[in-house]
Amino acid sequence: MATKNLLQAIHEGLAEEMRSDESVMVLGEDVGRAGGVFRVTQGLQEEFGEARVLDTPLAESLIVGSAIGLSANGMRPVAEIQFGDFITPAFDQIVNEAAKFYYRSNGAWNCPITIRAPYGAVHGGGLYHSQSIEAWFSNTPGLKVVAPTFPADAKAMIKSAIRDPNPVLFLEHKRTYRLIKEDVPDDNPEVPIGEARVHREGADITVVAYGLMLYTALEVADKLLEEQGLETEVVEPRTLYPLDKETILESARKTGKFLVVSEANLTGSVSAEIAAVVAREAFEWLDAPVMRLGSPDVPAAAFARPMMDHFVPSAEKIEAAMLELAAY
Amino acid sequence: MAIGETRAHHEALGLDEDDLRRLYYHMLVARRVDERSWILNRQGKAAFVISCQGQEAAQVGAAYNLRPGYDYLYPYYRDSGMTLLLGQTPRGQFLSILGRAEDPNSGGRQMPGHFSDRGLNIVTTSAPVGVQYPQATGTALAFKMRGEDGVALVCGGEASTSGGDWHEAMNFAGIHDLPVVFLIENNVYSISTPAPAQVAGAIARRAEGFGFPGYEVDGNDVLAVYEVAREAFERARRGEGPTLIEAKTYRITAHSSDDDDRRYREREEIEEWRLKDPIVRFEKYLLENGVLDEAGRDEIDERIKAEVAEASAYAEKAPFAEPESVLTGVYAEA
Ligand SMILES: Cc1ncc(C[n+]2csc(CCOP(=O)(O)OP(=O)(O)O)c2C)c(N)n1
Ligand SMILES: [Mg+2]
Repeated sequence: MATKNLLQAIHEGLAEEMRSDESVMVLGEDVGRAGGVFRVTQGLQEEFGEARVLDTPLAESLIVGSAIGLSANGMRPVAEIQFGDFITPAFDQIVNEAAKFYYRSNGAWNCPITIRAPYGAVHGGGLYHSQSIEAWFSNTPGLKVVAPTFPADAKAMIKSAIRDPNPVLFLEHKRTYRLIKEDVPDDNPEVPIGEARVHREGADITVVAYGLMLYTALEVADKLLEEQGLETEVVEPRTLYPLDKETILESARKTGKFLVVSEANLTGSVSAEIAAVVAREAFEWLDAPVMRLGSPDVPAAAFARPMMDHFVPSAEKIEAAMLELAAY
Repeated sequence: MAIGETRAHHEALGLDEDDLRRLYYHMLVARRVDERSWILNRQGKAAFVISCQGQEAAQVGAAYNLRPGYDYLYPYYRDSGMTLLLGQTPRGQFLSILGRAEDPNSGGRQMPGHFSDRGLNIVTTSAPVGVQYPQATGTALAFKMRGEDGVALVCGGEASTSGGDWHEAMNFAGIHDLPVVFLIENNVYSISTPAPAQVAGAIARRAEGFGFPGYEVDGNDVLAVYEVAREAFERARRGEGPTLIEAKTYRITAHSSDDDDRRYREREEIEEWRLKDPIVRFEKYLLENGVLDEAGRDEIDERIKAEVAEASAYAEKAPFAEPESVLTGVYAEA
């Protein structure tokens, strides 16, 4: 048992899969000797060689497209997109190709690829190293979108993603790479794709969140319990598409007060989908309108620190929303 | 060339008469299936047809180098000449055109021409032009990583060389000397847009910039295509890397059954190209070289027509998939 941060946990998950299955490989920009700009793949090339840890040209459509072709010929590729913001050239390969391989071939061809992409606002990132990209992909049947937050989950879920016979987009919040640490046991339990996690139980309100917002919401929940005795149930979807509706609904029906927090801008977001599900299927249990907190509908986080901080929902804003809900 | 004076082209290539008859048979099957498809469309039975007509020599000549079920094929929507050669059947083609449950490509989910056959290593194809190229390089890379001598053949029209995917794939193939053969079937049109408005310079010459050979070949000469493709396949199997082939050909039909090509091209132009029809041309070669006589040719054609009629009738009677089946098969089970 050792304490790992998110980066290290994902790294370990990748390395273990590569050790146990020769068909698993990593490809992307600067993933080889440099170990990726965030160092997730550091050391993998030394251990597994240049072919299985492949530095690609700067061409995202090629990275994902070639991963699809590798998977059609027996490999289990993990493609790294250096920053989620630059996944757009690969949109066609992900949405029109990988996600539809199985359906369009009537089950003859599946597409077992994993696409890793760091997302989320980080100081100094500016508009193009900050975006929350999950909504772009979370209405694409055939694709799975996962966004684990805690190291042990992330290690387990990168393995689940690699072993999954379908394409999986694996999102990593870059602000949490080194921020979140926890013990990751050697016999870390498996985490299947499609299962949400209840982080803390509570009777008063439900907060659903993922990524940095989850981390912040958990801190605020501790504080409000201590200061005001407010019991918050915190649920993390872990998989954003398809959603574990049951776990989310169970919590909404239990507390009757429901808030979903995400860093993505609100309109057309994953949180919109979660809110719609709860509004329809937990209606009779609700004691307050379904609430959402997210970033404003502006293009992305700004470069300058004060402007960025104004964009991302802060602990203060989350606290205010939780108190408003509790008081309703 | 006069008989007896010089060796016939096929002999120089090491092809025997059985090979020639197979090449001819498959070109003609593709043509007859295609012609029948238009009839089904005009009868209101087939919603959509997209044709191989005029490109059979390029398709059959190139694909004759594939080892079915071992090498990989990434075809584009006109490549029925290839898929029929590899082992798909006229029945399968009609089942696809009519969207029936037994459609081997997709069980009625996809439009015709969106080929797929796992057993034959025909990778499922789609509609966005050009997406197949990066995928083919990945498939070729897997062969290379495992030290196998498989080859990926990937095909498209000339307009598919305009987008980024083609260039990204050419670059990647060149960097890693991947065993991939790029076949561009330049049929002069992209729907209505003529090649001069689509293509800067010469497609074949672009390969040089990526560090591997590119050839321009008469796409209506099946033996010429076979020859240049064979060199490309052998080069790939030797581990020497990719080759680009631009087969110069012509689209005889409208772009598809939804297109009226009278809006943008002269009838005389089509008539000129009909004189260069690859099937007529190969037939002439076979007659001149004594491989076929007219009776033999008619016998093959009759046999094909009967096969096509049977296949079409079978497909017309075949059931659609259950409507509810649209809801299933979104995700593969572990
Ligand atoms: C990305 C994309 N853009 C547009 C289309 C619509 N479209 C289908 S085929 C075609 C022309 C392609 O021409 P070419 O590559 O020369 O092939 P050809 O049809 O001539 O064989 C167009 C514009 C498409 N399918 N995909
Ligand atoms: Mg064309």
